Amino acid sequence: MSVAIELRNITKRFGNIIANNNVSLSVNNGEILSLLGENGSGKTTLMNMISGIYHPDEGQIFIGGKQVSIRSPHEAFEHKIGMIHQHFKLVDLFTAAENVVLGLKEEGRYNIFDVVEKVHAISDKYGFDIDPTKKIYEMSVSEKQTVEIIKVLYRGADILILDEPTAVLTPQETRKLFAVLRRMRDDGKAIIIITHKLHEVLSLSDRVSVLRKGEYVGTVETAKTNEAELTEMMVGKKVELNIERTDPVDPQDRLLVKNISCINREGVKVLDDISFTARSGEILGIAGIAGSGQRELLESIAGLQHLSEGEILYNNPKTGSTDDLRDKTPLQIRELGVRLSFVPEDRLGMGLVGNMDIVDNMMLRSYRRGKSFFLERQGPKDLADDIVQKLEVATPNTATPVRKLSGGNVQKVLVGREIAASPTVLMAAYPVRGLDINSSYLIYNLLNDQKKNGVAVIFVGEDLDVLIELCDRIMVIGGGKITGIVDGRCASKEEIGLLMTKSSGGSEND
Amino acid sequence: MINTIASFISAAIIQSIPLLYGATGEIITEKSGNLNLGIPGIMYVGGISGIIGGYIYERMAVEPSAFLCIIIPLLSTLIGSGLMALIYSFLTITLRANQNVTGLALTTFGIGIGNFFGGSLLKLFGESGSISLLTTGNYYKTKLPFADDLGLFGETFLSFGFLAYLAIAVAIVSSIILNRTRTGLNLRAVGENPATADAAGINVTKYKYLATVIGGAISGLGGLYFVMDYTAGAWTNNGFGDRGWLAVAIVIFALWKPSSAIFSSFLFGGLYIICVKIPGLSGAAKELIKMLPYLVTIIVLVFTSARKKREHQPPAHLGMSYFREDR
Repeated sequence: MSVAIELRNITKRFGNIIANNNVSLSVNNGEILSLLGENGSGKTTLMNMISGIYHPDEGQIFIGGKQVSIRSPHEAFEHKIGMIHQHFKLVDLFTAAENVVLGLKEEGRYNIFDVVEKVHAISDKYGFDIDPTKKIYEMSVSEKQTVEIIKVLYRGADILILDEPTAVLTPQETRKLFAVLRRMRDDGKAIIIITHKLHEVLSLSDRVSVLRKGEYVGTVETAKTNEAELTEMMVGKKVELNIERTDPVDPQDRLLVKNISCINREGVKVLDDISFTARSGEILGIAGIAGSGQRELLESIAGLQHLSEGEILYNNPKTGSTDDLRDKTPLQIRELGVRLSFVPEDRLGMGLVGNMDIVDNMMLRSYRRGKSFFLERQGPKDLADDIVQKLEVATPNTATPVRKLSGGNVQKVLVGREIAASPTVLMAAYPVRGLDINSSYLIYNLLNDQKKNGVAVIFVGEDLDVLIELCDRIMVIGGGKITGIVDGRCASKEEIGLLMTKSSGGSEND
Repeated sequence: MINTIASFISAAIIQSIPLLYGATGEIITEKSGNLNLGIPGIMYVGGISGIIGGYIYERMAVEPSAFLCIIIPLLSTLIGSGLMALIYSFLTITLRANQNVTGLALTTFGIGIGNFFGGSLLKLFGESGSISLLTTGNYYKTKLPFADDLGLFGETFLSFGFLAYLAIAVAIVSSIILNRTRTGLNLRAVGENPATADAAGINVTKYKYLATVIGGAISGLGGLYFVMDYTAGAWTNNGFGDRGWLAVAIVIFALWKPSSAIFSSFLFGGLYIICVKIPGLSGAAKELIKMLPYLVTIIVLVFTSARKKREHQPPAHLGMSYFREDR
């Protein structure tokens, strides 16, 4: 076996953040390599350097033993490298064949029927199931992915990189994809698949390379390893953070989520029979691989998602009544007297209006108050000043448009506003993402204060160390299902890591 | 009776030619994702540019030759309207200005230029009176040589100047390029999904510039036909009317297909002229009938929007600037 591509001591920085630090790995022809790691471990960044989207700051790339410099996706094509991204790059209105030849400068007259023939030939060779004359907008996700793979094969790729290819597939589709990948391997192609699903790694790949927080952990042969070893390599040893955690005082059931399911626009079940209870005076953590349904879950509670099944019950501590929040709009929910605060993942999309200043953004929550024809600005202005001072928001003044602030400061403004609404339920999705250490602790303290005030806090996080030290209970979801609820005081990282990768969808053997 | 119908068809064709140029040019432009609402202004500038070129040549030449009488206004128009489209391209593609605002500003600007030169071209050369380029106009109006021998058929379908046939040829060629060539495929991809086109190695900026400038130049020919053939070389300020907006409406009516634009233009041309052809209409009734093309366009919009067939929708990225993601 010859080495198809080799990376030596690759380092890539974005500003102060090191995305990849001194990473070395290699793939042979006729081999499938899995690149394993948690969210944000630098897998995609590393692969983007092979496919010409980024350029490494340090280190070398060798293809077929020769050192190369890949400066654009086009140059990657010339080195016979093809990457299949998680987000498909296809023109919906075109047929599969038209997408395959898009942008190619082939010799001879353009004739779409010749292309259709060639696509058929590739499909037959590797066992794809595709109609080249079908339009993309009529295709399922799996068919679209097939078009992407054929696209790179049509361009003659020998090294294929697939970024989480099974994230969007059903188990049957995954099985088909794996069969095709094995056939391509037997044909001598070098294949790298980015994933965090352990069972897929074990059933498909020949070797596994693991990244953790941008660092290269090591490479093992699949035949000589097991789930436990891989999980440990992936999540690493526990780090002490010393986040304060008090015991819940008089916890009461505040929010009861019962058997909810949600189907998204593509017809995929993003939430599947989820049931849990959020209690007052407690922080409930939600852990999971990105895109496992966290966003849809929070949006369902906030009144932004239509549910196909189930109910969401809210116990009102003031009136003692119980209300069903399902399929209610945010305004209806507020009119029921439910004090719900929501820090969404998409800060400037759903949380704040970028072109408005801090005061105006405060008013987004309070503009309905008061009876005067004119808006009352003093209250929101005081609140804005208060937040800027308490949370140390770095801004010239409160009249600065929010979009001009840095990501961390935007986050502080949003969290500050939501907490100031004195909620009974506080939902926060990744509230410390992009914040430095000190600001992160500030947010943890704020969440803890809310907990002490008897608020039911739901915290969606990505750093397992934080979840374990901050939360009273941790609910793990995978593929839209609850894979386990553990006690934050006695849970281990490995336990949660295993639950996270134990998604019901995508398994080859079930 | 048959003569009345024949003369109506002939009149409708004459009316349809400026519309067809405008619509074909705008379709090519919109296929690249640029919604150029400056088309009415660009067509207007196309007309006045042809007039300026023709006037200067007629003034300077002792014995104007047929070839130069045709080619000089033609080139002036292509340059004038092409430059207008280039302004639009620079503002919206390079500077990423809002397309609607830029287009509307360009229409106002173009009509201003047209009316300025229309009113003062003769004064600039120390003459008085109104612009009338009879010689040039006659060359543009020359019928096909065998038109008179074919009786009513020749009179109805073949009695037009060469620009009329060129309009149909341009629409057909555009249709073939858009649907049957690599260039057309790439251009449509740019208008549908520029990020994908970019990733596939297509130079999005180049395609947008070329489509917009070529589209603008083609639209300008509609203005040239109007001033040289329809009015036989005479210029009246604002004589072009709302034909530019009608061309934009045809783009929607024809569902962004140049081949359909041929028939659509004929229909709109007929609706535009029918009020003159029906005897005994009051002024108010004429105005009401003149609204028909727009009414038909709204009905088409209602139907295509309700049916939601993807092929009948405007290019998906129409009206939006393209930013490549920061790397």
